Amino acid sequence: MSATLRQTVLSGLEPLVITPELNFINVGERTNVTGSAQFRKMIKEGRFEDAVVVARQQVDNGAQILDVNMDEGLIDSEAAMVRFLNLIASEPDIARIPVMVDSSKWSVIEAGLKCLQGKGVVNSISLKEGPEQFLEHARKVMRYGAAAVVMAFDEDGQADTCERKVAICTRAYRMLTEQLDFPPEDIIFDPNIFAIATGIEEHNNYAVDFIEATRIIRRTLPHCHVSGGVSNVSFSFRGNEPVRAAIHAVFLYHAIRAGMDMGIVNAGALPIIDDLDADLRERVEDVVLNRRADATERLLDIAENYKRGSLDSGPGARDDKDAWRSLPVAKRLAHALVHGIDAFAEVDAEEARLQTTRPLDVIEGPLMDGMNIVGDLFGAGKMFLPQVVKSARVMKKAVAWLLPFIEEEKLRTGDSGKSNGKIIMATVKGDVHDIGKNIVGVVLRCNNFEVIDLGVMVPAQKILDAARAENADMIGLSGLITPSLEEMSHVAREMQRQDFHLPLLIGGATTSRAHTALKIDPHYNAPTVWVKDASRAVGVAQSLITKELVDAFMDKIRAEYADIRERHRDRGNAKRLVSFEKARAQRFNGESANQRPLAPKQPGITVFKDFPLRDLIPFIDWSPFFNAWELAGRYPAILQDEIVGPQASELFRDAQAMLDRIVNEKWLAANGVIGFWRACSTGEDVQVLDEDGSQLAQLHFLRQQVDKPVERPDFCLADFIAGKDSGVEDWIGAFAVTAGIGIDEHVRRFETDHDDYSAILLKALADRLAEAFAECLHQRVRRDYWGYAAKEALSNDDLIDEKYSGIRPAPGYPACPDHTEKATLFSLLKATANAGIAITENFAMLPTAAVSGWYFAHPQSQYFVVGKISREQVTDYARRKGWTLLEAERWLAPNLDYDPE
Amino acid sequence: MSKPLAWLHPQRVHALEQALRERILVIDGAMGTMIQGHQLEEADYRGERFVDGHDSMHVHGDACGHDLKGNNDLLLLSRPDVIASVHNEYLEAGADLIETNTFNATAISQSDYHLQHIVNELNREGARVARACCDAFSARTPGKPRFVIGVLGPTSRTASISPDVNDPGYRNTNFDELRNNYREAVEGLIEGGADTIMVETIFDTLNAKAALFAIDEAFEQRGGRLPIMISGTITDRSGRTLSGQTAEAFHASLAHSRPLSFGLNCALGASDMREHIETLARVSRSHVSAHPNAGLPNAFGEYDETPEEMAATLREFATSGLLNLVGGCCGTTPAHIRAIAEAVRGLSPRALPTEADQAG
Repeated sequence: MSATLRQTVLSGLEPLVITPELNFINVGERTNVTGSAQFRKMIKEGRFEDAVVVARQQVDNGAQILDVNMDEGLIDSEAAMVRFLNLIASEPDIARIPVMVDSSKWSVIEAGLKCLQGKGVVNSISLKEGPEQFLEHARKVMRYGAAAVVMAFDEDGQADTCERKVAICTRAYRMLTEQLDFPPEDIIFDPNIFAIATGIEEHNNYAVDFIEATRIIRRTLPHCHVSGGVSNVSFSFRGNEPVRAAIHAVFLYHAIRAGMDMGIVNAGALPIIDDLDADLRERVEDVVLNRRADATERLLDIAENYKRGSLDSGPGARDDKDAWRSLPVAKRLAHALVHGIDAFAEVDAEEARLQTTRPLDVIEGPLMDGMNIVGDLFGAGKMFLPQVVKSARVMKKAVAWLLPFIEEEKLRTGDSGKSNGKIIMATVKGDVHDIGKNIVGVVLRCNNFEVIDLGVMVPAQKILDAARAENADMIGLSGLITPSLEEMSHVAREMQRQDFHLPLLIGGATTSRAHTALKIDPHYNAPTVWVKDASRAVGVAQSLITKELVDAFMDKIRAEYADIRERHRDRGNAKRLVSFEKARAQRFNGESANQRPLAPKQPGITVFKDFPLRDLIPFIDWSPFFNAWELAGRYPAILQDEIVGPQASELFRDAQAMLDRIVNEKWLAANGVIGFWRACSTGEDVQVLDEDGSQLAQLHFLRQQVDKPVERPDFCLADFIAGKDSGVEDWIGAFAVTAGIGIDEHVRRFETDHDDYSAILLKALADRLAEAFAECLHQRVRRDYWGYAAKEALSNDDLIDEKYSGIRPAPGYPACPDHTEKATLFSLLKATANAGIAITENFAMLPTAAVSGWYFAHPQSQYFVVGKISREQVTDYARRKGWTLLEAERWLAPNLDYDPE
Repeated sequence: MSKPLAWLHPQRVHALEQALRERILVIDGAMGTMIQGHQLEEADYRGERFVDGHDSMHVHGDACGHDLKGNNDLLLLSRPDVIASVHNEYLEAGADLIETNTFNATAISQSDYHLQHIVNELNREGARVARACCDAFSARTPGKPRFVIGVLGPTSRTASISPDVNDPGYRNTNFDELRNNYREAVEGLIEGGADTIMVETIFDTLNAKAALFAIDEAFEQRGGRLPIMISGTITDRSGRTLSGQTAEAFHASLAHSRPLSFGLNCALGASDMREHIETLARVSRSHVSAHPNAGLPNAFGEYDETPEEMAATLREFATSGLLNLVGGCCGTTPAHIRAIAEAVRGLSPRALPTEADQAG
C-alpha cells in the first residue's frame, strides 16, 4: 500500500498512474502552435476539426499526455484554448489521456484548467517573477486540482548550469512543500533543455548539465519528476531530421538513465538508439556528452550524408482520407476491418490470395489478424457493437470471395483450416426473435468461432440432432418471449436425458442469471452458462472451449448459481405475497370515478391496409433502437454521449438513410386492425359482448398480490372495466399491428450479400416502426375512433413517457403476462386475415415486427406489474381457463411464487 | 496560509472522526421517495409566502406565478414540518448522518421556478432544519452523535458535455457559472450549521471541480473549514460517469480536495456498484462511502429492492472491508436504512492507509 500513497496519478477519462515501471511518459507535442507550423496554421484559420485530428494522431502514436499550447500573437489564445479543449473533451479516444495546459500566460492556463474534468498538468510555473507570484500560481494549481511543471527559472533568468538548475529546483521544491503543502509527487521539474552543437563553446555542455542536474534532483527531492522539451536540444540541426532524431534518441537514452521520466516528444518519430548507424551514434554521443572539443565539427562532417529532404514526417503532414489505400495489402485488410470499410474487401482479398500459397492463408493471416485487433478493441471497450458488426461485414465479404478457392484447395489437399470451436445457435421453438442471436453470431464469428445458425422456431430435437451431426462444441439458445424460458428449460432436460455433455449457453432479453440458475442449470449436468449480452459471448465461449480455463470458469459460475439458489431458498418472506382473497378485497374500484364510460365513436372492427410509413416516423421511440445495439443511453442525449456518442450518431445516420429507402422504395408494408366491443367484468375476467349483449369471448386476467398499504390497490386489468352488476355500460378495445410485411425478401437480399449489419439494421427499424404504428394508432383511437380524449395534444416525448389517458397493455407483458390470451385477441380481431399477422404455437407473432394488445379507456387505468402470484390464484386461473393446474403452471412459470412439483 | 485551515467546528469534527474510527456510520436514505409518500399538492409547495406561485417577499419585475409542485427544496420554507419528519424517521431508523434537502438548491436549478434569489436561504434553512433534528436526537442518544451533511447537488447542466449534437465544443454552462452557483449554496449550508459539505451525485467531474473550488474559496474567506465528502455517480454498466470517467480517473480528478470521504451514490443498485466501490477502497486515502439506489428501476421506474436484499448486499461490502459510510439513494426508505444499520452493526470499518504506510 505504501507505494500507492505518493504515486502521481493524473487523469483524463482514464487514470494515468505514473509508476517506475512506466519508465518514461511521452507528452505529445504536435498540438502546440509554437512547435508545429501546421497546427498553428489550422488554429489561425479556425480549422479546429483538423486540429482535433492532430490530437488523435498524437494519441494513436502513443502520447500518454497531450501538451496543448495556443501562444501566438495573432490568436486569441484563451478562446482557442477553451474551444480546442472543449472539442477534444467530446472525443473519448482523445479525452482518455490527461492534458498538459501549456502557456506562458497565466490567464490562458487558467482558462484551460476550467475546461478539464480530469487531473491535468500546468506547463508551467516558475520563480521568474518572484516568490509571491510563484506561490499564488501554485495555490491556484492546487485548487484546480492539477500537477505542475516547474521551470528552472528565477528572478535572474533561466538556469543553464547544473549547479543553478539544482539550486532553483531545490528552492522551488522547499517553498511548495513547506509553505503550501503542495504534493511533491505533483511537481514535475523542467530543468531546461538548451540547444547544443551551436558552434558556441559555452553551449557544448548544456546536455550534460541537464542530465547531471536531473540525476541530483531525482535523488535529493523525493517523489518529484523531471521533464523537458526534447526537440530543443537538436535545434542547430533543423532541416536534417535523421540527425535530429538521432540526437534525441541518444539524449533521451542518457537522460532517462539519469532519472528524466517525462518528456515532450514527437511520440511517433523516435528511433531506437540501437538502430542508429554505429558511426553516427558515436559522433552524436560525443556531442551530447561533450566528450571531445571537435565533436560538433565531426558530427557536421557526416550530417549531410544522412539528410533526406523528404523525410519530414510530422504527423500533421500525412493521413489524407484515402492514404491507407497505398499501404501493403495485409495492412489494408486490417484497416478495412477495423474501420468497417467494405468497398475494397473483394479486391484486397483477391490481391492477398495471389500473394499466398493457400487461399486459407489469407483468412488465417491478415484477415484473422485484423479481426483480432477488432476483438481486442471491442473487449477493451474501445469499439462498439455497430462497428464490430460492420467489421464482420467486411470479413464476410472477403471470406465469401475466398471460399470457392478454398473449396477447390480442400478438394485437392483435404486440408480444412482450424476454427476456435463450433457452436450451434438457435432461437427456441415458438419464438421468432433473432436480432440479439444474430448479433451474438456475428461477434462469435469475428472471433473465429464457427457458428451454425439454425434460425428461429427451432424444436429441441432439431437442435440436438444438429449438434450431433455437426460434432459441435457447444449449443447457444436464444429467446425473447417468456414462454421461451420454459422451452429452454425443456431443451436442457432433453440434453440431460439424451446424454449430452456439451456446454449450453443461454441468452436473450427475458433470460437472466437467476432464471438460468434456478430453472435451467439444475436440469443439465454439463456447463450451463447465462450470457448477459453479445459483448460477453466471446469471453464465455473462449473460457468454455479452453482446457486450461474451463474448470476455474465453471467453478466460479457454479458457485454463483449455487449461491443464487441458496438465496432463493432463503428468500423467505422478503417479498411476502398477500393471500389471493386479501388482494381481491383490495381491488381497484374503478366505479368511484364519477364519469360514465364513453361509447366508441366507431364501434366494431376497423382495418388499416398499407398504412403510410411516413406518418409513423414522428412516433418512433429511438431509445430501444440503440439499446438493441447495446449502446446504453436515451435518445437524443445518446448522440452526444461521451463514450458511445460517435457510434450512436453514426448508427443513427445509417438508420435514417435506410429509413428513407424503406419509405421511398416501399420495402415494408404496415397493416393494422382495431376493434371495440361492449364489455363487463366479473372478478378477474372480462366478458366481451356483442351488440345484442351475447358473449363473444371471455378474457382472463391476473391480479397483483403485493403487500401494499390499504390506499394502494392490488391491480387487475379487469378492474378497469365496469362490473357486470354495476349497471354501467362499458367498453374494451383491441389492436394488432405490424410493420414487417415484406421484410423477408430484403433480409434475404442483405444476407446473400453477406451484409449482416444491414439485415440487423432493417429488422431493428421494422420493430421500431411497428411500435410507432401502435403508438400512432393509439393516439388516433383516443382522439377519433374511440374519441374519449378528443382534445389531446401531446408531443412524442410525452407519448414515450405515457402521459396520455388510457392504456394499451399487451398479452405476455407485465400487466397481463399470459401469452395464450393473444389467441382470443387475434380471433376477436381476425388479425391474421385482416392484418396478415400469424401467431406461433407459443404465441409469438409473425412478422416479428408486430405489436398487439388491449385498449382500456378508464381515466385511472395504468400500467402495472402483476409479478409473483400464489398457488391459490394459479388454481383459480386454471379453473377459469379450463386448464389443468400443470398447464397453468407451465404458461405462468415466470410468475409463480412457488416451485411447482 | 500554508497548512490546512483550522476546523470551523473542531469538536464536531473530532466526534465524527472518533465515530468513523469506531464503526461504519450510516447515512440516511432517499428524501424524494419519502416526500412522494406525503402526496403533497401545489398548495403545500406554495405555502403562504409563495401563494401566488412567486415569492411575495421579493420585489420583482415579472409578477406571473409559476407552478411550484415538484420543487422539493422549497418545502424547507413552505412545509418544513414535512422535511423534519423525514429527517426524524431516518434518525429513528439509525442514521448517524442526514443529508440536507438541498439537492436542487442552486441558482441553475431554482431558475426553473424563477426562485434563484432564495438559494442562500434554502441552503441555510436546509442545514438549520437538519441541525435541529440532529441536535434533538444527539441529546437523546449522547453515545451516538448525529451529523448534518450539507448537500450540493449536480445541477441540471454539465460543463464537460455539449448539449448540441452539431457542435461538440458547445457548452450551456461553464466553470465560473457553476462556481458562483455553488459558492452561494455552500455559504448557506455553512451558515445553517452543516457539519460537513458533500458534493454528491457527480455525473460530470468538472461540475464537481467547480464546487470544490467554490468550497475552498468559502473556507478561505471564513478562515476555517468543514470536512468535505465526495460522492460520484457511475451511470450504468459502462462503468463510467456520465462525462465518461472511470471510477479511478474520477478519484484522481478530485483527490486534491483531500476529502473526509470518497464514494458513490445513485444510478446503480448496491450489487452493480460493488466493483467501483472496491476501486475507490483500493486507491483512496479517504474514508469510503456508498449510498446506492434500491436496485435498478423496474419497467415503471420504481425501485423494488427490499430492505433485506439491499442490506445483505451492503453487509458483504462491509465484511470485505470496503466501507466506512453506508446509506441509500433513490427508492430507499427508513426501513432500508434500519436494515442496513442492523446489517453493518458491529462490523469493522475499512482501515485507512496510515501515516506509516505513507512514509514508505
